[in-house]
Amino acid sequence: MSTLTPQRLTELKLHANNVRVGIIRSLLAAGSGHSAGPLDMADVFTVLYEHVLNHRPKEPLWDDRDRLLLSCGHIAPVRYSAMAYGGYFPIEELLTLRKFGTRLQGHPERVRLPAVETTSGPLGEGLAQGTGMALAAKMDGKSWRVYVVTSDAEHQCGLHWEATMTAAKFKLDNLIAIVDRNFIQIDGSTEDVMPLEPFADKYRAFNWEVFECDGNDIAQFTETIEKAKTVKGKPSVIIANTVPGKGVSYMEGDYTWHGKPPNKEQADVALRELQAERERLTANG
Amino acid sequence: MANALDSVAAMRLAELQDPAGVKQVPTRNGFGEGVIEAGKKNRNVIAICADLSESTRMLGFKEALPDQYIEIGVSEQMLVAMAAGMASAGKVPFIASYAMFNPGRSWEQVRTTMALNETNVKIAGAHAGVSVGPDGATHQAIEDIAIMRCIPHMTVVVPCDSIQTKRATLAVAAMNGPVYLRFGREKTPVVTTEETPFELGKAQIFREGRDVAVVVCGILIYNALIAAEKLARDGIECMVVNNHTVKPMDEKAIVEAAEACGAVVTVEEHQIFGGMGSRVAEILAQRRPTPIEFVGVADQFGQSGDPAELIEHYGMGSSAIEAAVRRAVARK
Repeated sequence: MSTLTPQRLTELKLHANNVRVGIIRSLLAAGSGHSAGPLDMADVFTVLYEHVLNHRPKEPLWDDRDRLLLSCGHIAPVRYSAMAYGGYFPIEELLTLRKFGTRLQGHPERVRLPAVETTSGPLGEGLAQGTGMALAAKMDGKSWRVYVVTSDAEHQCGLHWEATMTAAKFKLDNLIAIVDRNFIQIDGSTEDVMPLEPFADKYRAFNWEVFECDGNDIAQFTETIEKAKTVKGKPSVIIANTVPGKGVSYMEGDYTWHGKPPNKEQADVALRELQAERERLTANG
Repeated sequence: MANALDSVAAMRLAELQDPAGVKQVPTRNGFGEGVIEAGKKNRNVIAICADLSESTRMLGFKEALPDQYIEIGVSEQMLVAMAAGMASAGKVPFIASYAMFNPGRSWEQVRTTMALNETNVKIAGAHAGVSVGPDGATHQAIEDIAIMRCIPHMTVVVPCDSIQTKRATLAVAAMNGPVYLRFGREKTPVVTTEETPFELGKAQIFREGRDVAVVVCGILIYNALIAAEKLARDGIECMVVNNHTVKPMDEKAIVEAAEACGAVVTVEEHQIFGGMGSRVAEILAQRRPTPIEFVGVADQFGQSGDPAELIEHYGMGSSAIEAAVRRAVARK
């Protein structure tokens, strides 16, 4: 059972709704960027920032913070939005996404925006860096944890599996990988482009503890990550099954929304849908 | 430029000309000694190896400082990205493989995770150059300087002998920022002593001369010194500059050498395209146009053979340097 009370669950759902609004607004302002992945990970990022992470938004480089890495840097709008709504920077800064001089680069840069932890965009590199951080924490007896969010398609990169092997060798139980299993990539379905199944078995074969859940179910994901934190002696992966474009009806399940932003009319529809969802949640909550 | 002629090197030239009298030590040995010393000085210095601990000379570190040593097997991209992660958590990782594989295989990880992230990772690129010998072209990194010197934030160091490699290892351990340190496999002449000064970013004059400035990085310094002595018999006096820091290069020293001599020869165990000599040419084209001749591999791959015969075959022996100096003189 999740530790979330019904009231807290509603709060988190409303927060995720805000994060989605931030994603749509920032993508519209940017005029380019990815839509489907950020929207489907809004629930996961909400839980991470609002419930799981030991962090200080006003002191982003606090030494003992948990490290959250976004390996698939192209879904940065969800991270930026979750950070803004989580108190790291003003919400209106989201409208600078991808613009000249912004801290919110098209793909995140560690040096420009504190606490994004790594520069990402080139796929398959996050788990490798997260493994290094988790090993350094172990060597120094630190209690902070490392969370690495990855896309499913970046499991087609060789380096990701080098990291998977290495993390298991060093028994990094302070490392949790979260996979956005939305089955889409630029050229189509992951299973057509380069099949990943049996996905969970691959991790098991690499000596990881494997969890699967609905990544758009806040209660279920929260419960799963709490379980993963109790695993000892090996790293854990949570395969979070998500619906690409979640929360915006015309984007849901359509891979063509992987790499493009909404136009003004499309964004208006999306924001109206999110507002309706918000009203429903508030009424029920 | 290091102001004074390096008297130590100069005094030993007579000795250097007698091959039997020259002490020969692989530059990689200097790295092995240096990295242990760096690890003892700073316990955050760690060594990560990708299945080449003996040949990269990390084995001694493993034995001396086992708690600071990490073995990750044959995975050079991992080597870089993992080290970047560890560096962001406060470690000072030295990562060792053959230069052909790191940075050869791992270039994008070097650019993104190490340099763009501004992490404090030090790449030890072993077995660089055709002087790897019998292993052949697959293992002979002769493009590595080019691919590293074009990356922002990167420091690139190519020491000339084992003693200088040790000094360079300690120096890069003490600085903050990403570094590429390049060294070779074979025993090569030791031309410096423990007393020879070393400072990152400061070129050194190993021999005075006013006719041609021979600007060298790496183990070919010996061939350059020998060539200079032979040329002196014909009245051509070469200034020999040990240009160990390829990036950031000592621009002042390069310009001064060009002004003093009016002609330049660059010497490196690397492709002519994109290497140390190319950087010298970039500097001089802009600041002091000067005739330049380039000694290095001329847009070819290497092959199996004895190191010495490969150096000769690919035009990097002392006679090739001599010929390049004569061409440079003719162009003045």
